[in-house]
Amino acid sequence: MSSTATQVLFDAPGPKGRRRILLLSVLSVVAILALLAGALWQFRSNGQLDPGKWIVYLRVDYLAFLGQGLWGTLKVTALAAVVAFPLGLLLALARLSRFRVLSTLAAVWIEFYRGIPMLLVVYAFLLALPAFGVTFPRFWMLVIPMILVSSATTAEVFRAGINAVDRGQHEAAAAIGLSRRDAMASVILPQAVRLVLPSLILALVTLLKDSTLGYVVSYNELQFQGKTLVSITRYLVQTYLVVSVIYIVINFLLTRIALALDARMKARAAAG
Amino acid sequence: MDAIRENIPLLLQGIGTTVALTVLGYVFALVVGTVMAVARVSPIPPLRWAATVYVEIFRNIPLLSLLILISFGLPDVGLRLPYFWCGVLGLTLSSAAFVCENVRSGINTVPVGHAEAARSIGLGFFGTLRFVVLPQAFRSMVQPLVNVFIGTVIGSALCSAIAVQEVTWVTQTLNIRYAQAVLMFLIAGAVYLVLSLGGAALGGAIERAVSPGGRDRSRASKALDVTAGAQA
Repeated sequence: MSSTATQVLFDAPGPKGRRRILLLSVLSVVAILALLAGALWQFRSNGQLDPGKWIVYLRVDYLAFLGQGLWGTLKVTALAAVVAFPLGLLLALARLSRFRVLSTLAAVWIEFYRGIPMLLVVYAFLLALPAFGVTFPRFWMLVIPMILVSSATTAEVFRAGINAVDRGQHEAAAAIGLSRRDAMASVILPQAVRLVLPSLILALVTLLKDSTLGYVVSYNELQFQGKTLVSITRYLVQTYLVVSVIYIVINFLLTRIALALDARMKARAAAG
Repeated sequence: MDAIRENIPLLLQGIGTTVALTVLGYVFALVVGTVMAVARVSPIPPLRWAATVYVEIFRNIPLLSLLILISFGLPDVGLRLPYFWCGVLGLTLSSAAFVCENVRSGINTVPVGHAEAARSIGLGFFGTLRFVVLPQAFRSMVQPLVNVFIGTVIGSALCSAIAVQEVTWVTQTLNIRYAQAVLMFLIAGAVYLVLSLGGAALGGAIERAVSPGGRDRSRASKALDVTAGAQA
């Protein structure tokens, strides 16, 4: 991917250039190592490198405790995705609909939930609705806001996908006498859904990040489980670092899958 | 309405803090992200690796985890920052990763021939980037960078979870005190919608201003960008 424009930004270096690159490489390695060493020194001088504070993350009970949180995170994310993605598709269709009222309503819904922070929606369920006598279990106080926000973002993803399907496909569908609805259902949508598959995986990453708001509603997902662990063990940096690394690894893998899928689809499209 | 009248200074302070968090976080992110993008396309391998590792870490960590780590974790290793600056730091680190990715893919949209032409008239790595590639790349970057801005606006709300007294924190505190839920949500929601829609409008204006010949753009078919809207 980066072998296009970024490769020609500099000449193949001559002997002098190579020496300079080597020098700068060595300097930057030194700088990076100095930075890392500084961080480690800061950890050490505050007693945070004490092996006793880290070794606990190899113990089965600690891992099981965090594992419970991870299970909660995955459950919440999966459920939110299963509801939000079809809802997003419906919203996208509504926004593209010829009925003015329907498309305006969908547009308002989408722009609203895209423009406000999910935390505000969470607070609506956590603080505002109980004042009117409407209460939800903690699980739903996290999942419903996730669904609302994600439905808006995935609606835009689906709309982009539908618009990205070649115009000729619309025309061909019309030429063989399909109605607008039939053309959408059996010609456009199947292609659009395939086109947006990588984007949907990235939407999953966003959902996984949003699920950390369980920390605010006190639902047992990974971030909140980390908080509980901190209040028991007092190993603050260690716990939150471990939790963050778990998130980073999962999201990294999902992003990789999405980009690989995208590259494969682009390559196939280019091959005709 | 009393809830508002009696607390106008507090509300204005909250709105001001949200704006300050967003603007500072975004401006720093633009700088850091551009530097990272230049490092990622530079001929120095260690810099390329470091920037890649940076991007992979900070675009995959949930913003809330990052903010918690910064605000509660740093004091444990002997670094004390006011919570406001923890918020700015978290927003900067996270948004910079997305800025970097967008700048890099913007650089990739500039035709290879332009970079070759620039080099053939004797421009070096920085000259090519500064005078030929980046100015053109900027055009295709406007929309993605607007998305990063909206992400920063929305992300700034999470700073209320680390006790930064921005508009979400203020309105929820007042909400608990006065039980004026609808009013408070209207205020907070309006602030975020104005900021993000305002940012989008400004971005649209910039995009129109920098695009050569408005007609060309509308004809160009929009390629599907998978990473659009990927920021939380």
